[in-house]
Amino acid sequence: MREKILQYIEKNARIDLHELSVILGEDEAAVMNSLEQMENEHIICGYHTLINWERTGIEKVNALIEVRVTPQRGIGFDRVAQYIYNYPEVNAVYLISGNFDFMVTLEGKTLREVSEFVTEKLSTIESVMSTRTNFILKKYKDHGTIMVDRIEDERMKVVL
Amino acid sequence: MRNPLSRNITRIQPSGIRKFFDIVSEMDDAISLGVGEPDFDTPWRVREEAIYSLEQGRTFYTSNAGLMELKEEISQYLDRKYSLSYNPRSEILITVGGSEAIDIALRAMLDPGDEVLIPQPSYVSYLPCTILAGGTPVIIELKEKDEFRLKADSLKAAITDKTKILVLPFPNNPTGAIMERKDLEEIADVIIENDIFVLSDEIYSELSYQEEQYTSIASLPGMRDRTVYINGFSKAFAMTGWRLGYSCAPKDITQQMLKIHQFAIMCAPTTSQYAAIEAVRSCDPQVEQMRQEYDRRRRYLLDRFRNMGLKCFEPFGAFYIFPSIQEFSMTSEEFATRLLEEKKVAVVPGTAFGDSGEGFIRISYAYSMDALKQAMDLMEEFIGELRK
Repeated sequence: MREKILQYIEKNARIDLHELSVILGEDEAAVMNSLEQMENEHIICGYHTLINWERTGIEKVNALIEVRVTPQRGIGFDRVAQYIYNYPEVNAVYLISGNFDFMVTLEGKTLREVSEFVTEKLSTIESVMSTRTNFILKKYKDHGTIMVDRIEDERMKVVL
Repeated sequence: MRNPLSRNITRIQPSGIRKFFDIVSEMDDAISLGVGEPDFDTPWRVREEAIYSLEQGRTFYTSNAGLMELKEEISQYLDRKYSLSYNPRSEILITVGGSEAIDIALRAMLDPGDEVLIPQPSYVSYLPCTILAGGTPVIIELKEKDEFRLKADSLKAAITDKTKILVLPFPNNPTGAIMERKDLEEIADVIIENDIFVLSDEIYSELSYQEEQYTSIASLPGMRDRTVYINGFSKAFAMTGWRLGYSCAPKDITQQMLKIHQFAIMCAPTTSQYAAIEAVRSCDPQVEQMRQEYDRRRRYLLDRFRNMGLKCFEPFGAFYIFPSIQEFSMTSEEFATRLLEEKKVAVVPGTAFGDSGEGFIRISYAYSMDALKQAMDLMEEFIGELRK
């Protein structure tokens, strides 16, 4: 049942409990228990809102930063990662296979704010060897949701 | 001047609820739950394959019966899904939608005077196609108390010595009814005993919401050789506009169907055939995802109707729900017209699918959850007002 619940609420966080239990064909109390348990176990880590900021007129700048680091003896990458993810400006930190070590996503108000953060905070962390900043120019799709305009329902009104 | 028209075609009546359809099409802002086609886009990988085939210049006729590669994929798919075994060289025919397959199967099998049993409520083409093929349609009325399944005794009662074909329209449009294995076994005995043939329209076979494994009548002992199995890409793969279906039948029947297909159609659209290879080969996960989404909507609607106190049997197939509106003592058409005029919600009167649909409305759940919610809220208001 957990997988069923998670699959659905991943895309529909706001659904109410009764409706969720109806559409999954499960008992309401059981669904509630399962949700509570998964929240306690931090399987469900939050209920966020997917916002297309571009349509609000409010300026936001997003960047993907490739970071190369020297892993530290005994603790590997985790300590450096902690140094990075503790900054609230940082949205996500992923350890990556390939040409660099971390992919860090950042959100700031202006280009300058982001670049200042990279040069002053990120690059100065001991064991960070180099960074490369990629600014996001346009979001076409985010979290599995297409952000650009799509055609409306063009079906006929009645089809037998 | 002489009458240019054939008596056979002019005696086919246009749908009795034309008037209702005219009102719907003029109302731009209505929320419609009247569409019998998926709301999903065709999976991108399928569309992409079609584009690629065009880029490659694959724009010629295919062989009459369809691309061998597609027929081979279909053969494997039917085996994997339904344990059906058909020879792609001689028993599978690619058609322009399931609709063409229905038409040419009837034309290949009927002689004047042959009777065709058509359970209703059901899709609207069986009856006119029977007439056009020179056959005589005989209606079997399905009943709500049987969950609109075909029962052996109603079948027996309709059989005469002229009966040649039984149309088996399950999972059913408009009722959403299905036939489980035990239901099929019961009628199979009657069919074999009376030596009749089955035209099994299983276009909604992928959209079945019961735990029990889906069973095709063609997979039952003794049935394969007397069944024309019809399926297609429209519903399961969300490919209605591609116009692609297929029939599977013993060689003798397929050969004659192929003749008609060859002279009337030549071949099914080439681009669609290339796209369909990708669909049938690698879209099981997408089909399953769509099925699950339909199933959620189905449960949601059923719950809403129960809360409204509207009588409704649980449908386990297709994407339709068929609630009863008999308590309001008006016809389905009156109900649908008033619902449209007063709340701007479009549903289809059950009588569009035969007289036995009187007292019911067809609601399609090939719509987003948001649209369904909005429509259900309005319908609840409407019913509340009627009951006052």
